[in-house]
Amino acid sequence: MASKLWASRAASYFRISIFHRGFATVIKDFKYADTHEWVKVDGSSATVGITDHAQDHLGDVVYVELPEVGTAVTQGGSFGAVESVKATSDINSPISGKVVEVNKELNNSPGLVNASPYENGWIIKVEIGNSEEVKSLMDSDQYSKFCEEEDAKH
Amino acid sequence: MTACGTRNIGPPLINLVRLKGVPILRQLHLEERLLRTSLDNWCIINDGTDDPTVVMGISGKPVELLEIDSVIRDEIPVIRRFTGGGTVIVDNGTIFVTFICNKDAVPGLQSYPRPIMSWSSLVYRKVFQGIGEFSLRENDYVLGNHKFGGNAQSIIKNRWVHHTSFLWDYEISNMGYLKLPKRAPEYRQARSHLEFMCRMKDYIPRSNFISRTIDAVGSHFLVRSMELEAIMYNSGTKFKPSSRLLRKQELEEAKFDSQTSIAVSQSLQM
Repeated sequence: MASKLWASRAASYFRISIFHRGFATVIKDFKYADTHEWVKVDGSSATVGITDHAQDHLGDVVYVELPEVGTAVTQGGSFGAVESVKATSDINSPISGKVVEVNKELNNSPGLVNASPYENGWIIKVEIGNSEEVKSLMDSDQYSKFCEEEDAKH
Repeated sequence: MTACGTRNIGPPLINLVRLKGVPILRQLHLEERLLRTSLDNWCIINDGTDDPTVVMGISGKPVELLEIDSVIRDEIPVIRRFTGGGTVIVDNGTIFVTFICNKDAVPGLQSYPRPIMSWSSLVYRKVFQGIGEFSLRENDYVLGNHKFGGNAQSIIKNRWVHHTSFLWDYEISNMGYLKLPKRAPEYRQARSHLEFMCRMKDYIPRSNFISRTIDAVGSHFLVRSMELEAIMYNSGTKFKPSSRLLRKQELEEAKFDSQTSIAVSQSLQM
């Protein structure tokens, strides 16, 4: 119980929601796509990665195919892929814009996507093309509910 | 709901395309195009390919996976395919079976690697019922503890592909082009290629395997046969497949880079 209380307090401090029923974590201020990518908006820039739910369902990531810097991304369009368990899975951008940075650490340590999906496992940084698009994404509560419903259907 | 107000029930439709001896690169291009541009479900069976060809997964590094000197010397084609997974050497003794499906095609199936892999094993369990001790073991199809089929997948937003190369027969000498992979399943237990694998021909006639596979597909889908010519090259679809043949220069550069790296490493230790 004490460790759960500590975890809840730590979670609250770091603004992470932990669901003790074994559901995946979400970050309160991020936005989420229904294809399980997250975006952290910071003015006209954004950081994109895949969610804890996604990495858990995909399995151990052994390779990340990164786009070139300068590539245009469109909302809902694929920009790269992760490889896990003999599968390549597309990564889709939650927003439109231009790739300004990719996480080169993933070339040597693709497992960062599993170990730290919301921090060290970030995938691309984007110069946002249309900030209105963020409004169409889910917030953390909506995304958590979405994941619950999706898992319940299968 | 249809215009008459009646619900459309019954299994989903799948288009069955039977090929024989089609080059594996052409098959991969077809698969990727159907994955990315079609809205239908597909089952493709290619009964053997032509010349022996090495096929690596999307992240495959030739220097780690291949005996490059032999591959270059014998001019064995090396392909990097669009799906994940490991390295195989395929020839006319290989039978390929591919499923390309919409994510909602199989009721209750989540389009992630493990559920799709698990579902596929249900299909082949039916194929091998009464024939051999079939199971899915760490993502390989095995008879007993011998691998006879290699799997790989690609999953996009609303569709997925799961394809398998089945070793109906193989040339022992061809296995010499492949190194023992660094990433190997635990059940392999460091066995050599020959000790690890088995030939399907020791269990089932070739045509039997294909007909039983089609029957098993029919227990999940409504199967509609389609000729390859009917689906080739829709000129309105501009699609560039990513599976490609590696150039000889790339293999030579990989070999050179590896030798350079070893030499530098050795000189640093002196």
